[in-house]
Amino acid sequence: MIKADGLTKRYGRDTVVNDLSFTCQRGEVLGFLGPNGAGKSTTMKMVTGFVAPSAGRAEVCGHDIATDGLAARRKIGYLPEGAPCYAEMTPGSFLAFIADIRGLRGEKRTQRLEEVADRLHLGPVLGQSIETLSKGFKRRVGLAQAILHDPDVLILDEPTDGLDPNQKHEVRELIRSMSADKLIVISTHILEEVEAVCSRAIIIANGEILADDTPHTLAGRSRYHNAVRLTIGDGTGIDEVIAAIERLDSVDTTESDRDHGSIIVVARSGSADMRTWQDVANLVQSNDWTIESLQLEAGRLDEVFRQITRGENS
Amino acid sequence: MNIISAILRRELQSYFATPVAYVFIVIFLVLMGTFTFYLGGFYEQGQADLRSFFNFHPWLYLFLVPAISMRLWAEERKSGSVELLMTLPVTPWQAVLGKFLAAWAFTGIALTLTFPIWITVNYLGNPDNGTIFAAYIGSLLMAGGFLAIGSCVSAITRNQVIAFVISIVVCFGFLLSGFPMVLDVFRGWLPQVIVDAVASLSFLSHFSNISRGVIDFRDLVYFGLVIGTFLYANTIILQWKQAD
Ligand SMILES: Nc1ncnc2c1ncn2[C@@H]1O[C@H](COP(=O)(O)OP(=O)(O)O)[C@@H](O)[C@H]1O
Ligand SMILES: [Mg+2]
Repeated sequence: MIKADGLTKRYGRDTVVNDLSFTCQRGEVLGFLGPNGAGKSTTMKMVTGFVAPSAGRAEVCGHDIATDGLAARRKIGYLPEGAPCYAEMTPGSFLAFIADIRGLRGEKRTQRLEEVADRLHLGPVLGQSIETLSKGFKRRVGLAQAILHDPDVLILDEPTDGLDPNQKHEVRELIRSMSADKLIVISTHILEEVEAVCSRAIIIANGEILADDTPHTLAGRSRYHNAVRLTIGDGTGIDEVIAAIERLDSVDTTESDRDHGSIIVVARSGSADMRTWQDVANLVQSNDWTIESLQLEAGRLDEVFRQITRGENS
Repeated sequence: MNIISAILRRELQSYFATPVAYVFIVIFLVLMGTFTFYLGGFYEQGQADLRSFFNFHPWLYLFLVPAISMRLWAEERKSGSVELLMTLPVTPWQAVLGKFLAAWAFTGIALTLTFPIWITVNYLGNPDNGTIFAAYIGSLLMAGGFLAIGSCVSAITRNQVIAFVISIVVCFGFLLSGFPMVLDVFRGWLPQVIVDAVASLSFLSHFSNISRGVIDFRDLVYFGLVIGTFLYANTIILQWKQAD
């Protein structure tokens, strides 16, 4: 549904997006992940046609954004970074304006306006001017505007930025609930968000794609993939435990926090899933150690993210 | 058409959502009145017409119209809402035209509210209402020309003050080019054709034609061309900014 081919943007001598290509399909929730200034917003602005690329092209639902932009933009719902809107308007009149522009009429129009107001809990503030709303409400007005025409492609630039944890949760729920029959692209620098909602993550830094995979596979690149976290109880010596564990074949190394009696056992790379966990569990049983917990780690996306983006920067 | 009218209505709604519109209209009416009755010597002329009223329009517009037009695009750029507007299924032409027509309609409302002056002159004597009507049309057309210039300038910057000042300078140029004083400067060293061309660019000469009650096709075409040209430039600037 979106096809980007060699998208490039230069500002003066700076290349902020460099030869970016990707395609994505209905049903995907694609997360653009990258540090601030990576070029996520610029890429989204090019895909939505607000910024013209210096080179390359983008296509949305088969419509070239440069030559057939109007048709492409009809398919897109877009929340720009910071959710800009007309501050002096009320959410009610603002959404009515968007409905007019989107060509919604009659029954359908009333029904969609009611539905988005309901879904984003805008009811109580529909008649209050947008500039007097809290940040959370402003963001929700922006989201309401983006989904009003029930678009095939939804592009959301940092949809949960500046929201409190409850609001973040609600927005993620909303994204999940809509993901089945749409293509949703979000940008974020919050890793838990990618794990929570995305079916695919593209890591960008300095305008280039560094990784493109499912969050699960990406986390698998972590050195903590298949690691085991155990907390030992009273009466068991931490040194004895560490020494015994480090002799295991499936273990690479351990990291320990003596004050809390916790140990992270890093799996040797190439060992089968769960193998390290099994070995450690057996060891615990045969030595009769008292332990409080024994957990398997899937891997840490934040660590992979740091590893990938740092490697590029330095 | 629906899209243009949606933008027009939204824009007009925004004017009246803040006190700015009311303040503007009050200032516009007060200045109109002051100029006409005190500076223009409305009573002293002892004539039942509105010439002293319309004579001041170009000069009043010079400052008041850029005050309306400066926000058209600069404000959208500043608040970032331009990104929202231009990623909706709207063409640059529709956006430019919708906004321009809203500003023009607003000016039309302000101008209409000067009707007490017209009532006064009808009460005092028997003016030629046809001429007055023509002058109103001319005034509105001239305001449209100023607005098109201001809208185009406003698209260049995100700073409303800069948009205001540059608009005044450009509009001033369009007013001055018809002044004998300015034309004399050119007359010394430029061929007559060019001097005539410069003179024909002036808002003043075209407006004074119409305000005398003669609605000449050429004057209408002139204002139409000015408006069209600057609005076209406006859309070009918007597209430039995209590729910037
Ligand atoms: N209009 C512009 N002019 C010059 N530089 C810009 C402009 N817009 C963005 N940039 C630069 O491009 C880089 C990428 O910005 P952006 O796409 O907003 O990053 P992100 O959204 O990933 O944080 C930044 O270094 C930013 O300073
Ligand atoms: Mg950004």
